[in-house]
Amino acid sequence: MSEIDALKPAADIGGPCQPLLTVEGLSKHFALNASLFGKASVVRAVDDVSFSVAKGEVLGIVGESGCGKSTTARLIIGLMPSDAGKILFDGEPVGPVLSLSELRQRVQMVFQDSYASLNPRLTIEDTIAFGPKVHGVAPPQARARAHDLLRKVGLDPALFADRYPHELSGGQRQRINIARALALAPRLVILDEAVSALDKSVEAQVLNLLIDLKEEFGLTYLFISHDLNVVRFISDRVIVMYLGEIVESGPVEALWTDARHPYTRALLAAMPSLDPDNRTQEAPISGDPPNPIDPPPGCRFHTRCAHAEAICSARAPRLMATGGERHLAACFMVDPGSGHSKAVAPKVKETVNG
Amino acid sequence: MTPIIAIRDLTVCFTGERNVNALNGVDISLAEGEVLGLIGESGSGKSVTLKALLRLLPPRRTRMTGSIHVAGRDVMALDEAALEDYRGGLVSMIFQEPMLALDPVYTIGDQIAEAVVRHRGVSWADGRKRALEMLEGVRIRSAKRRLEAYPHEMSGGMRQRAMIALALSCGPKVLLADEPTTALDATVQIQILLLLRELQREMGMAVIFVTHDIGVAVEISDRIAVMYAGRIVETGSLRDVVKNPSHPYTRGLLHSTIHGARRGERLDAIPGAPPRLDRLPPGCPFAPRCALADTSCVQGDIAPVFVTPQHSARCLKLGNPAHARAGAA
Repeated sequence: MSEIDALKPAADIGGPCQPLLTVEGLSKHFALNASLFGKASVVRAVDDVSFSVAKGEVLGIVGESGCGKSTTARLIIGLMPSDAGKILFDGEPVGPVLSLSELRQRVQMVFQDSYASLNPRLTIEDTIAFGPKVHGVAPPQARARAHDLLRKVGLDPALFADRYPHELSGGQRQRINIARALALAPRLVILDEAVSALDKSVEAQVLNLLIDLKEEFGLTYLFISHDLNVVRFISDRVIVMYLGEIVESGPVEALWTDARHPYTRALLAAMPSLDPDNRTQEAPISGDPPNPIDPPPGCRFHTRCAHAEAICSARAPRLMATGGERHLAACFMVDPGSGHSKAVAPKVKETVNG
Repeated sequence: MTPIIAIRDLTVCFTGERNVNALNGVDISLAEGEVLGLIGESGSGKSVTLKALLRLLPPRRTRMTGSIHVAGRDVMALDEAALEDYRGGLVSMIFQEPMLALDPVYTIGDQIAEAVVRHRGVSWADGRKRALEMLEGVRIRSAKRRLEAYPHEMSGGMRQRAMIALALSCGPKVLLADEPTTALDATVQIQILLLLRELQREMGMAVIFVTHDIGVAVEISDRIAVMYAGRIVETGSLRDVVKNPSHPYTRGLLHSTIHGARRGERLDAIPGAPPRLDRLPPGCPFAPRCALADTSCVQGDIAPVFVTPQHSARCLKLGNPAHARAGAA
């Protein structure tokens, strides 16, 4: 077989210990029309966000609407320019060393709306073969690649290759989108609410498919979702965002059993119960998430937080270690020197629980 | 006691280039003050059931048979004038998208007042007074100021509260809720669910709550009905259905809901997809996806089999040993 470079995953550079993706100080601010409000307002969609994704890892990003999770994804893949920050792919900075076209061969994305993200005038085969052709693969090879990928996502090429997106169900379309994303043999796939629009039984099928494909192609996932059940199921590590900032990150089980940020705890407590004998009795927090236009000063969560004190509106807490491995939280209550009256309490609790 | 809602053998068929059998013999009986969670996937007929109850389906393209009685009234026989009293007066509905359900060019206060004046025949001033009461009732902060707000000036959660206030302003005996929390953020969703639970108890309304999210259904329902391909395939008390799901589809649905599923393990997903409603297979509509199905499943209508007097499922395999084993697995 005469394999072309564009159909092979990019070679590993830094070895297994080097993160596949490193994001440093990423920011995106949208300026709003000044004349309308008298003064210029700024939407701080993503504000100084830093994290890394290890090779072979599934990193989940959760948060409510307007928290900046989708904007973060779009900045990483270069769908919009960032205002500040660095993105490194396997150690190579995007821009100076790695061109956008090289990056897009290594990073691909699957979106929520399975219909809007497919070209209605292209057949399924043309859709999947499009990327490889753009990257210089000869049409016959690109077509063979498309058929191969269709089989991999569980659709018979003989039945589906010549169909158009409108002839397929939502679940089938999302399989096509996954096949399209894999056509260039990416190393990282960003899944932005990729299963959110699917019915539960179909969602389970697609999640199974994602697990199988990850295994088979040695993929790394950045999995963005508002559904905490799905994120817990598929992720190794999770980042919680609130109004453009990371408020907590850590291994998925640590977050679920020992969440340190009050917002993470509220998100978890807000999940509907599945036990008829143990329904939710009280809403963990009141009100809606505030508008990301001119967010509150200090800790952005202080307006909804039951533990807020004077310091919380005066200064912004930094992400810091909580004691658990790779478990970080941005809350004065995990910072013993912050002056917050409950600052020491969680530490004590941790030693008691062992 | 006579039920407040009695639906018997309701079928709905949308006619046109192809005939879509959206509902195929639905029976629902709901007591006063009872909350029924209607769950199922898209196309299973949940929303069509609610729209049929309000006679909102386009009459020229819809063929309906069966009977619907609400508070003793024959809904199928209501004329246009009677329907206008019925909708919003006796039975009210809330939707997934309040932005589409509310009128963008009138203030919230005026929209509620208009409904109250129309149904209660009170003065405009009294209607506005009722609007304020309602906004306070759904716990909108600084309700007085919000009376003058337009829908676009409110946040998603507040709009949903305003729509609930509007729907309940004329004291309906039945509230139909079509996925009212689906579009909301998690921390807001639980607030709205708790609010609805509280208002339902206060006002003693019967509620049919449509959702695809079993967790949401658990939070709000007394009873559950599971729909598939335009039929109710299982119904029973919340506890019975969740703790002892008896139809293979309900089991699959509960298994594929990944509450507490273990990380890295494959999910127990139902294979295939629901049948097309213009080409329904004979017999049990779930048979093509069901591991237990055999030739007896694909002929004739499947009648409900009772697990307990209050809990039934339309499955021929109920009670046979293979079924019990599949349930234990």
